[in-house]
Amino acid sequence: MTSNHVADGATQLAIYRRAALLKANDERSRKVIMNGRLVMPYYSYRGQEIIPSAMAEALTDDDYWVTIYRGIHDMLAKGMPLNDLWAEVAGRVDGTCKGKGGPMHLTYPKKGIMVTTGIVGSSMPIANGIGWGSQMSGNNRVTVATFGDGASNIGAFHESLNLAGVWKLPVIFLCQNNLYGEHTSYEKATSVARIADRGAAYNIPGVRVNGNDPIEMYAAAREAVERARAGEGPTLIEAMTFRFYGHVFGDSDAYMDKEQKKAAIEADPVPIFRARLIAEGIASEDELAAMEAAIEAEIDAAVEFALASPFPELDELIKDVYAEGAVA
Amino acid sequence: MSDTATKAKPVTILQAINSAIADAMAADDKVVVLGEDVADPEDGGVVGVTKGLSTRFGDERVRSTPIAEQAIVGAAIGASLVGYKPVAEIMLMNFTTVAMDMIVNHAAKLRFMSGGQTHVPIVIRTMTGTGFSSGGQHCDYLEAWFAHTAGMKVVAPSNPADAYGLMRAAIDDPDPVLYIENLPAYWTPGEAPEPGHVVPLGKAKVVKEGSDVTIVSYSRVLGEVLGAVEAMEAAGVSAEIIDLRTISPWDKEAVFASVAKTGRCLITHEAVTQFGVGAEIAATLQSEFFGKLKVPVARLGAPYAPVPFSKPLEDAFAPTAARIAEAAIALTK
Repeated sequence: MTSNHVADGATQLAIYRRAALLKANDERSRKVIMNGRLVMPYYSYRGQEIIPSAMAEALTDDDYWVTIYRGIHDMLAKGMPLNDLWAEVAGRVDGTCKGKGGPMHLTYPKKGIMVTTGIVGSSMPIANGIGWGSQMSGNNRVTVATFGDGASNIGAFHESLNLAGVWKLPVIFLCQNNLYGEHTSYEKATSVARIADRGAAYNIPGVRVNGNDPIEMYAAAREAVERARAGEGPTLIEAMTFRFYGHVFGDSDAYMDKEQKKAAIEADPVPIFRARLIAEGIASEDELAAMEAAIEAEIDAAVEFALASPFPELDELIKDVYAEGAVA
Repeated sequence: MSDTATKAKPVTILQAINSAIADAMAADDKVVVLGEDVADPEDGGVVGVTKGLSTRFGDERVRSTPIAEQAIVGAAIGASLVGYKPVAEIMLMNFTTVAMDMIVNHAAKLRFMSGGQTHVPIVIRTMTGTGFSSGGQHCDYLEAWFAHTAGMKVVAPSNPADAYGLMRAAIDDPDPVLYIENLPAYWTPGEAPEPGHVVPLGKAKVVKEGSDVTIVSYSRVLGEVLGAVEAMEAAGVSAEIIDLRTISPWDKEAVFASVAKTGRCLITHEAVTQFGVGAEIAATLQSEFFGKLKVPVARLGAPYAPVPFSKPLEDAFAPTAARIAEAAIALTK
């Protein structure tokens, strides 16, 4: 990767702040489900925190992001407020979608979070359209499309990379390769050793980075953003990572390689990043502890806000189907 | 088109659709066009519906795409989320099947799932229809699938003026609209619409008043219904003919008013009868008018089979004027 985009101390600290928030939020989400305080389909992103934390640091609030069902880390990194998020996953009226989207369809256009899809691969065709809009209006905004390694095998990926390549769209295809598509391992489902190599088929740059390394991930993100803003077109980033838990909360993850999983958890990127920040004198233990305590307090408040928020009135069932409401 | 073909300068449905898109693009620079072959270097569409638009409005706003229907509808959805009003062409209705995820899971649902924070003001134009011996994968009427999808609107004009007016309404509608064009009927002439003419979505039109039986139809088959008038009148049957124009949401008020008067109803369309649009209308009418109908509501569509190739089979597939007259007359006996 290029060395043109070395994250300075302040940038690293900002990336860490996001990563710590994402990690704490995932841990809290699983705990709240385990305690029975919330019922929701939950797709843990634990282990993948560095990717969106570094990506978001390379974007502005005006840039767009289209993410997927395993995407709460992306949204928090992009700036979705915790109260709006928690009230939504609790199905409450104060949620960002009034409780009508849930964890798989979180939307927050105020920070550019335009669509969250529950359909594998479908983030990409829509991200292209948003990028096309930016291209036509000349607003210089970049659109990120998140997807997993499994989605690189579905038609939407190939149609989208081709169109983005032909139209030179300001879109970043951010593959979070966590080595499992649902229950099936990467190798068993994917014909190439590197998804990044698939960029060549569409004449767009494809780079593989260690997505768990904030410095490497940030440099790749910056370079892709600059390319997009300069009108040079899309980039495919394959960010290598690992999903610490099963596909969906509650599955036994018996299909995951035990040794591989153990090694990945031992190489947990968030505490490693934390230790490095302290070792390199970018932050002190006390500063980070205070930051993390503040995050825990924010999450405490958001969970309580969410659970105190009312459920939607039943007439919401037929509202927002059309602009004019429902059609009887 | 016996009621509209007498004007000095008739236009075809194809010309009317072209004019409607052009006028909408001239009125609003957020209106953009995309699809396979839609730009002028590619002939402005396989039958030329979008001819002239890229020359007039530029390559940026009128884009020929790869043959990639998910990418086309996805691009339309995305652009609509950031302020554009895309008119996407899916060349043939059967090709919507490879973009169903984008249409059904995304275009139709984003307003609801986002709690009204986003919406998808797109038009998906698509052509279909039997008559050109194109067989089982190029001319299905699949409107019931889309009408069954909450969040979608579905329109199907039968004449140039409505084609223009429905297109203008569809482009300015804040929600996704599937706009169904009939291929063999593209060159049907009719009264030219006034520029800016709008046909509101959800409003049917009583094309001919009558007293004995209500016939509800849309798209090309409406022309077959008009062609059945003479035979029906010869049999002493006065039919009231309703062009639904918008399939979803359908104009219950107009249909109810007519059936309240006639007590009989025949619904006819080119799609297969089973589970079709006619079933929804018939069920609704039978709930609303139970005990007041003179005969059960009747449906006349295609047999439950794929569209055949061989000409005699194809001719026997979709409702014709003769079969419509026969069915309507039978309701009065």
